[in-house]
Amino acid sequence: MNASALPGPATNLQTWIAARAKWHPAEIVFWLGCLLPLLPASLLPGFLQKYWIFDSYLQLLSQIAITALFAISLDLILGYAGVVSLGHAAFFGLGAYAAGLIAKFWFTDPLLGLACAALLSGAIGFLASFVVLRFHGLALIMITLGLGQLLAEGANSATWLTGGADGLQGIRAGKIFGTVEFDIFGQTAYIYALMVAFLLFLLSRRITNSPFGLSLQGIRDNSRRMLAIGAPNQWHLRKVFTISAAMAGIAGALLTQTTQTCSLETLTFQRSADVLVILILGGVGRLYGAIAGTIIYMIARDFFSDVNPQFWYFWIGLLLIGVVSYMPNGLLGGLNWLLLKWRRA
Amino acid sequence: MFTSIIGVLYDGFAYGMLLFVLSVGLSVTLGMMNFVNLAHCAFAMLGGYVTVSLINLAGWPFLATLPLAFLAAAAASVVLERALYRNLYGKSDLDQCLLTIGIVFVAVAGAAYIFGTLQQPIKVPEWLRGTWVVGNFTFGVYRAFLIVTGLVLAAVLILMLEYTRFGATVRAAVDNQRMARGLGVDVDRVFMLTFALGSGLAGLGGALAIEIVGLDHNFALTYLIYVLIVVSVGGMGSIWGSFAAATVLGISDMAGKYWVPQIGSFLIYLVMVGILMWRPLGLFGKR
Repeated sequence: MNASALPGPATNLQTWIAARAKWHPAEIVFWLGCLLPLLPASLLPGFLQKYWIFDSYLQLLSQIAITALFAISLDLILGYAGVVSLGHAAFFGLGAYAAGLIAKFWFTDPLLGLACAALLSGAIGFLASFVVLRFHGLALIMITLGLGQLLAEGANSATWLTGGADGLQGIRAGKIFGTVEFDIFGQTAYIYALMVAFLLFLLSRRITNSPFGLSLQGIRDNSRRMLAIGAPNQWHLRKVFTISAAMAGIAGALLTQTTQTCSLETLTFQRSADVLVILILGGVGRLYGAIAGTIIYMIARDFFSDVNPQFWYFWIGLLLIGVVSYMPNGLLGGLNWLLLKWRRA
Repeated sequence: MFTSIIGVLYDGFAYGMLLFVLSVGLSVTLGMMNFVNLAHCAFAMLGGYVTVSLINLAGWPFLATLPLAFLAAAAASVVLERALYRNLYGKSDLDQCLLTIGIVFVAVAGAAYIFGTLQQPIKVPEWLRGTWVVGNFTFGVYRAFLIVTGLVLAAVLILMLEYTRFGATVRAAVDNQRMARGLGVDVDRVFMLTFALGSGLAGLGGALAIEIVGLDHNFALTYLIYVLIVVSVGGMGSIWGSFAAATVLGISDMAGKYWVPQIGSFLIYLVMVGILMWRPLGLFGKR
């Protein structure tokens, strides 16, 4: 992405990677800002209190954290490794149903449930990678779409397991670490979703700044050359596909655990398409692009679908046309470009 | 059993011909420019709405509206090609997908705004309705009309591609675009014409589809998936491929809906995944 930041011949690779991975103050401010909605309104000066709306939006905020995690998982394969997927909701749904079924039939510990969901969707992702990664271009888009639809249709007909169109009934809520309960205001849910999303964001940040992450970007930009310098392309791609599937599964499991519901909607084509749109709006190949895209998309959807859900897609469509035609690197990329221009002027 | 097999084959083949008319344009333009045009079915939807409006508002006969459906879709496609698509030639598949899916979203919302979200009713002429009964079998007349139209269009397209000068330049541009340019073929112009022709055919397909599958504002999204399946299974840039794939998918979709309705569209996706595993470039694809 940043051609200007390539290491010169004299730079030590280790220092270059370390410099790349350094935390920008804005990042720290952003993540601390995520904790703000948890402040009780009573702590604020009186005249601000009536504008403090966050606590009534905690549910939306948990949804944002979960969707952002899902978008980051797609960004790992799409933005960094260049593997387009129109069926990523398959892994999201696998995780969601795994967490739901575990909580229904087995045990209710949320963290163990997350781990199991991650293992399952990661394992399926690993198996799927042997099929999916053989394809390129249109065939890749179609095969991911086809496999995703097969799973969705399968879950739809396996009523005995998934509850079919009615969704999975009877998911029990557990306590985190055996002590913290999910409350009806969604405060625990938000903290829980945010913490898991943050930890996995740290992992993704580490991955993208590691030599492994750099070789993924190499494969994306010039796979032949990577082969020529001896990189095991297929294994790199399989690894990242598995990680991405596991992360998507965790996002799905989070949704099930925080809402105690699990429906076929988690598996739909619509969800795969939405997350792709989110990623493009924010900017692919940058983790904060996935987050910014999610925040903008989810808040705008919440706002517009109150007005008229029919026409929400009209604006999304226009936005997509605009972003693709005029801002090839997404909204964050566009901002970055403006910032660079402003600094130079 | 035998009766139902004949019935499924007949209905499936008719449905396949519909899919063929809807998708052949996308296959050829994809093969030529590598441009992933997901808005293809939006043009089909436009054709459908042109036919519906002319019949219901202006009282035109069904057959007379078909050329206009073709022309409207072709004209709209040329405008969009000039205004938006042109900037994205040679960009990544993903960018093209997203631009065109944006157009689809706008088209779907626009159709819902203008025509509402209900199914659009049309009246086909008396002689196209009803069925023929031959022994134990019943054949829908409209489906026979679809089959004849599809076969005639396939024959005309193949003859045009094989025996006219325009067809030769199209084939050259599909097989090796750089070489064609080098030999002085104006690929951009050829592409524009092919694109208009293909979108026009989609518009015609949209108009023909109303009687079989109905028309509502979601048509552009619902049938997009079917069209993409036909193109990827048939192989890009091949008329024969689209024909074969449309037939296979039409029949397997009908068979699935007839014999195992509870699994929905499972079968059609299974067929697609299976064929793509066996031949990643599609049945007739070269690249």
